[in-house]
Amino acid sequence: MSRQIGEVILDLKNVSLAFGGVKALTDISFDVREHEIRAIIGPNGAGKSSMLNVINGVYRPQQGEIILRGQHFSKMNPFKAAKAGISRTFQNIALFKGMNVIDNLMTGRNLKIRSNLIQQAFWWGPARREELAHRAKVEQVIDFLEIQHIRKTPVGRLPYGLQKRVDLGRALAMEPSILLLDEPMAGMNVEEKQDMCRFILDVNDQFGTTIVLIEHDMAVVMDISDRVVVLDYGRKIGDGDPDEVRASPEVISAYLGASH
Amino acid sequence: MPEMASAQALDTFPRLLMDHAQVRGDKPAMREKDLGIWQCWTWHEVAEEVRALACGLAEMGFKRGDNLAIVGENRPRMYMMMTAAQCLGGVPLPLYQDAVANEMLFVLLDAEVRFIFVEDQEQVDKVLEIQTQLPQLEHLLYDDPRGMRHYTLPFIHDIRELMAMGRIHNRNHPDLLTREVAVGASDDVSVMLYTSGTTGKPKGVRLTHHAFISAARGGADFDQLTADEDILSYLPMAWVGDHLFSFAQAMVTGFTINCPESAETVMTDLREIGPTYYFAPPRVFENLLTQVMIRMEDASLVKQKMFHLFMAVARRSGAEILDGQPVSAVDRLLYALGNVFVFGPLKNVLGMSRIRVAYTAGAAIGPDLFRFYRSIGINLKQLYGQTETCAYVCLQPDGQIKFDSVGKPAPGVEVKIADNGEILVRGPMLLKEYYKRPDATAEAINADGYFMTGDAGIFDDDGHLKIIDRAKDVGKLANGAMYAPNYIENKLKFFPHIKEAVVFGDQRKMVCAFINIDIGAVGNWAERRGIAYSGYTDLAAKPEVYGLIQECIEQVNGELLGEGALADSQIHRFLILHKELDPDDDELTRTRKVRRGFVAEKYAVLIDALYSGRNSQFIETVVKFEDGRQGKVAADLVIRDLKTFAIAGRAA
Repeated sequence: MSRQIGEVILDLKNVSLAFGGVKALTDISFDVREHEIRAIIGPNGAGKSSMLNVINGVYRPQQGEIILRGQHFSKMNPFKAAKAGISRTFQNIALFKGMNVIDNLMTGRNLKIRSNLIQQAFWWGPARREELAHRAKVEQVIDFLEIQHIRKTPVGRLPYGLQKRVDLGRALAMEPSILLLDEPMAGMNVEEKQDMCRFILDVNDQFGTTIVLIEHDMAVVMDISDRVVVLDYGRKIGDGDPDEVRASPEVISAYLGASH
Repeated sequence: MPEMASAQALDTFPRLLMDHAQVRGDKPAMREKDLGIWQCWTWHEVAEEVRALACGLAEMGFKRGDNLAIVGENRPRMYMMMTAAQCLGGVPLPLYQDAVANEMLFVLLDAEVRFIFVEDQEQVDKVLEIQTQLPQLEHLLYDDPRGMRHYTLPFIHDIRELMAMGRIHNRNHPDLLTREVAVGASDDVSVMLYTSGTTGKPKGVRLTHHAFISAARGGADFDQLTADEDILSYLPMAWVGDHLFSFAQAMVTGFTINCPESAETVMTDLREIGPTYYFAPPRVFENLLTQVMIRMEDASLVKQKMFHLFMAVARRSGAEILDGQPVSAVDRLLYALGNVFVFGPLKNVLGMSRIRVAYTAGAAIGPDLFRFYRSIGINLKQLYGQTETCAYVCLQPDGQIKFDSVGKPAPGVEVKIADNGEILVRGPMLLKEYYKRPDATAEAINADGYFMTGDAGIFDDDGHLKIIDRAKDVGKLANGAMYAPNYIENKLKFFPHIKEAVVFGDQRKMVCAFINIDIGAVGNWAERRGIAYSGYTDLAAKPEVYGLIQECIEQVNGELLGEGALADSQIHRFLILHKELDPDDDELTRTRKVRRGFVAEKYAVLIDALYSGRNSQFIETVVKFEDGRQGKVAADLVIRDLKTFAIAGRAA
């Protein structure tokens, strides 16, 4: 493999998150290394999505801090996260249903667009050149994800599996250094899952993108990830490479139910 | 024309290419859509790339007489590679790109392939899967570098490396290619195409430059094709039709071939290119029409009314107007209006606005389907031919279109009917031989040099050839009446709801049928009626669907009644299969023709049930999924009796 796992790029220290009296996350620490595929697994309600939301600043943890490339963030917010090169997909697809695939992917380029509203409205000179350049990037994503045939289809008319792919496409259009995937394979059939796995591995391999993903399909997780964090009721109960995690008695009991 | 002067020398494809590079070097030869934009290669650029490819091959040790396998979708470099191999006196051997590794194995072994050129990682993986069984394989070349970074095996090469090497080689040996091209003779084998194998193992059909150039030139003159045509190349390169239309005719006339962006975008690409010359098997025309009809059902009331109003005019007089026959002034006016409101926009949506000539072949086309396209002003014609004859035997002349014939013998072709009804053909376009099969060659070509097509046909009074069926498929019912299964199946398949049909009746007392519904059309129909279903098997078993199909078949029975000799072939009983017939399960050939014998054997239980009068039959079938895994589909199939019509003058 030419892909070299690098230094720690994202480090979470003692993160705790509560909604009123409900403790979603309790004192969680783990790190993500550059270029690796890091999975977060756990039963329903374990706090996986909350964890992802903490990383890109949708939720603000009461305690703990996030260290991104050596920079400390006690208050992350989605804008800062995006600026820092973190993009994500959503468990319940959050695309603009009435817009076509190209337009949806173009929104992924939003942060990189320099021209202002008025320049864009007249679509003249630099604004036009800039949009063409962004469109070229979007076309590369379309080619990469093999969705040429739905380029101009409104997203709402696409089947679920393809919407998921478009969702990934929008995240990729940002050219992220860290990609957060919230259950990228939920609700897919075997073939769609295979495709999605291939895309995730290709993204990681070709662009060197660091990937943090949540997934329920154990076979998939164990196959594609380098390291796995296991959460249960907001606590970390396991952390290590897939084989270690699979062998851990705590993880087995959380997943399969302990024989008391 | 200036190039006609040297026509004598333009008798191989490499020479034709070099000529185009000189005569029309700046004219587009090939286009392909990449990253959303149509990229173009001029004839000059194509010639340069072919030179680099050929020199690269030479450097790697590709020799005169070697076969070079080509596996992939239609892409400019795939076509260029064909000529590159031909330049060196090699034989390109295109394979079906959707064949699984084991199907490829037979051909690769049979042809002793040392060089394989594939499109992408998927095809590389297939070759690697069977690599240990291919002792002769020396080099595996690929076109698309995506995902290939970690393939470090020494015999796998990026085509760009080969071309870079070729350019250096060309600098060091500038006359090599010219010399090699000069050595080539017109009766050298130019391409080897494997027959799809409806019968037994595939055979390699060896066709010469002379054969393909004669066929291409004959066809081009027949339809006055010029260098300004645009064609969309989207059919499998391993199929003789694509080789004739996208390769040979482009090379002969110098027109432009356009490669789609991907298999899924063909419809969009068709619209963007607006080809002037178009070829599609009946299946494609059928799918297009089904889509149009489905969309019309969803259209607003006004649009529906307009569509049906003008389609009635088109049905009445559209085809006649196209053929230049007399039509009443009122109809002419109505047709002109229809053209503005319905036919024009419809042709535009279908990407057929610029079509001058469209052909279909490969299977019989339903008369109503055929009439539909002609009536909206598309000059759709039929042709007849086989792999062994460069897909060139009969063509329908403009203005003399009959829905049930395949036209007159093409220029330079002699056709005669043998005593048993089999069609025999002779001409320059015949195959040279079957590869390593002198026995099969001797069997196929008789002492007078006629090729035996295996099709049964008759000439009508105007000298048009009418194909009835495969000669060996034409059988007799138990009462001695003629029985032509394909003919009946084609009638059934014309209904948008029926995707595939297999009928049985040879040596039996009555005709029965297996039906495959069209999941798209029937699914839509079911949705409209609020019938819930979970998948093909479930939908196929719905009593409402049975009712729908029953109506269709009974209509066919009515038609058969009116066709004299075939009145006894009315279908008495039918069932709807629980799974779609699939090439992956060997039930269809790669060109999607039913393998009758195999299906009969596999579903023998069902045939027994049809003829023993049972009302249902349980069956469990193993199916292969696209990823190669296997699963099972089981169902209790209902069998229904059909209404048949008494034949006049005979006691019922």
